[in-house]
Amino acid sequence: MRLLLFRIIVAGFTLAISFTAAYAVEIKEVTSPGGIKAWLVENDSIPLIAMNFSFEGGSTSDPAGKEGTAHFLTGMMDEGAGDLDGAAFQALRDELAVRINFDSGMDKFQGSLQTLSRNRAQAFDLLKKVLTAPHFENTAMERVRRQFLVSAINDEQEPESLASRAWMELAFGSQLYARKSSGTPQSLAAITADDLSAMHKLLFSRKGLKVAVVGDIDAASLALALDDIFGGLPATEPPKPVSAITVAKGPLVKVIDRDIPQSIIVFGHEGILRNDPAFIPAYIMSEILGGSGYASRLTREIREKRGLTYGIGFGLSPMDHAGLNVGSLGTRNEKAGEALAIVKETLKKMADEGPTQAELDDIKTYLTGSYALRFDTNNKIAGQLLGIQEENLGIDYINKRNSLVEAITLDQVKAQARRLIDSEHLIVTVVGKPEGLKSTGTGG
Amino acid sequence: MRAVKIAVLQLALIMLIVLPARALDVEVANFRLANGMEVVVIPNNRAPVVTHMMWYRVGSADEVSGKSGLAHFLEHLMFKGTSKRAPGEFDRLIDINGGEGNAFTTRDYTAYFQRIASDRLELMMELEADRMQNLVLTDENVLPELDVVREERRERTDNDPSALLGEQIDAAMYTAHPYGKPVIGWMSEVAKLTRDDALAFYRAHYTPANAVLVVAGDVTPEQVKLLAEKYYGVLKNSFTPEPRVRTPEPEPIAARRVTLIDPRAASPVVQRSYLAPSYAASAGREALALDLLADILGSGTQSRLYKSLVIDQKLAAYTAAWYSGDQLDSGTFGVYGAPNPGTDVGEVEAAIDAVLADLLKNGVTQQELDRVRKQAIAERVYALDNQAALARMAGVALTTGLSARSIFDRDVEIEKVTLDDIRAAAAKIIVLKRSVTGILLPEPQTPN
Repeated sequence: MRLLLFRIIVAGFTLAISFTAAYAVEIKEVTSPGGIKAWLVENDSIPLIAMNFSFEGGSTSDPAGKEGTAHFLTGMMDEGAGDLDGAAFQALRDELAVRINFDSGMDKFQGSLQTLSRNRAQAFDLLKKVLTAPHFENTAMERVRRQFLVSAINDEQEPESLASRAWMELAFGSQLYARKSSGTPQSLAAITADDLSAMHKLLFSRKGLKVAVVGDIDAASLALALDDIFGGLPATEPPKPVSAITVAKGPLVKVIDRDIPQSIIVFGHEGILRNDPAFIPAYIMSEILGGSGYASRLTREIREKRGLTYGIGFGLSPMDHAGLNVGSLGTRNEKAGEALAIVKETLKKMADEGPTQAELDDIKTYLTGSYALRFDTNNKIAGQLLGIQEENLGIDYINKRNSLVEAITLDQVKAQARRLIDSEHLIVTVVGKPEGLKSTGTGG
Repeated sequence: MRAVKIAVLQLALIMLIVLPARALDVEVANFRLANGMEVVVIPNNRAPVVTHMMWYRVGSADEVSGKSGLAHFLEHLMFKGTSKRAPGEFDRLIDINGGEGNAFTTRDYTAYFQRIASDRLELMMELEADRMQNLVLTDENVLPELDVVREERRERTDNDPSALLGEQIDAAMYTAHPYGKPVIGWMSEVAKLTRDDALAFYRAHYTPANAVLVVAGDVTPEQVKLLAEKYYGVLKNSFTPEPRVRTPEPEPIAARRVTLIDPRAASPVVQRSYLAPSYAASAGREALALDLLADILGSGTQSRLYKSLVIDQKLAAYTAAWYSGDQLDSGTFGVYGAPNPGTDVGEVEAAIDAVLADLLKNGVTQQELDRVRKQAIAERVYALDNQAALARMAGVALTTGLSARSIFDRDVEIEKVTLDDIRAAAAKIIVLKRSVTGILLPEPQTPN
């Protein structure tokens, strides 16, 4: 089922443009005989299958002092499984040209598989092995530890990483989200094979599982495969959601002195959760203010008019238990104070006055029209389907999303600007030698 | 590149070269308009989306001496308005039509692209054709954008020791050929670029006969031809492009070393590049052999460098090898090692040298060749999932001296690569005097 594109290209391209229901995706919910559910978009035009899946829990489940345990687990997922040692596993994976990757977020542990459809059976078998019986062999573990160690050491110097980590520490203090999900040199050194086993057992449960599949496979075959791949996992309770996490209130500024020509500035404050009833008007407001289009107010003010940065963005960043509204820019040290002052001015103006009707109209056609761009490859579609499941938006979300955007009024967006944007209480971290900015407040 | 959304330039150059492989099941239409503009259409109706790309056969290697960064600066300025469109209108039209666009510059080409609903293709062509001939620049636009470009250089290069090392390796590699200049330009030269420089470069290089249009996605070749003739076909050439002859690089005679000591670097790195032919400048299967050799040496956990340095000797945390062959005049073959904490970078370099010496003495095995060949071919199938990637492959081919078809048919040739091809390519290229070795050190080390 594909709805007709609303065709408007006649005379004058800038005339009333509408993308409502511009794109429709047919999603099937597949349930295996064993009760495992997946969302499927079939497409046999190319001989490929993409599968994305996730488990509940992630870095927030790391034991204290062993930050990076879930992250460490991602690095061990191709170091042997079931009857295959690490070398045999990797040789078979490469022979089949199967791609299997894992990623640990704060609240989710995600995985993906891509395979040529002709290698489907063997690819699924490899995935089953690694999910149910990964090895944590000592030599491999030490090798992976050294790799993460080098990355952690580099992260401690890399300006963007340094600035955003410091920002999270100021925003969350001693709470779980302040943790370094990829670990520190100290915490990585402390992680044992038993820790990895325990984390594997904790996270890999059928109960927290969500699956999205796109490509050259039909529903009946997928149903059987789901039991095969995931059926061996226990149905234990996923890690308990962490209790509510609060975001510190600024104004707070922390300058981290580094001898670099460009200061990296991260700025922001509390935002909202994805399940906030006003999420869509809030999202529209934040796209107008600091979104990815070239017309965002911050890009206009900081980059286009004044040449103060190569790139600036600011927007909602909802996590499972706290929402953020955060952005960043890089500017030459001597302009750091000026750039931040203009950021604040621009934020204040948005909070006070909200956007104009013209800005709202423009952003609506951008958001509705560009939505289809998120669905033009198997991998992207699978990523979208998984995200929509994780956020509990419903299987019909893709087909109704543009109408939700269309329905928002200027008053709704203005209300969100007033509610969410607060230029007086920003948390700011700066890495560099910024002129006009000094550390303030106590932090934490 | 115009914005931060796309990966680092240096990396992009390395990544782009990959995808060696097999006769892709891709329909490609390739024709010329009457004014000489080349057109490639890659139909792909998986989503109602189109990728529209305009490539110019001009890059940083075409800049005159003293004006480094000019090709890239002009790329930024191409968004500043025309005699028909006010400044900002271009971006706004893309935005409100639900499109996403950007641009990028390399040594050999400058490309502009939009991804958008396929029924908006006509508007993209109208806009792109307009700015091919009617660009209007004022100091009011040009001066802030020059500051933006300088911020781009600070962000991507000057703030990043490993990017600076790469820049120094390139500068040492070429004694005469302009590939030694950074695409973004030296800061001292970028700072002096002017509106007049940009306009002169625009007039000297932007004309239909020097451009390649690539359209991929939910379109037919007939549709594209009709629209392309309407918008691009009517444009007159302001000059006739000449063959792109750059100062040739003399045959290298001396191994070079650069050592960047930078307290901002967290951990050391050794990286070596060898001057190599490019696909366009090589004969027979030499370039393909180098692509496969790079995979055998440095791609994945079964590669020689990983097995020796990471698994067996435990000297390095990461290793890599690559072949950058998608350039007009020459390419590079490279190896890389990041030491484990506490390991001396010199030991890593020696271990890389030992792997290379063994390779030169004993060659590679049929099993290794078969493994990387198979993977390379599979990678090509994965590329079918992405219309934008297919469009990019075609554009790179046509601006670096190759045909679009040749790049999609590469896997037919890849099947023919033999152990002797690999041995011959390795013996010719992996020669120290062809190389620059770059060392990044966090702090001064006392020489032994």
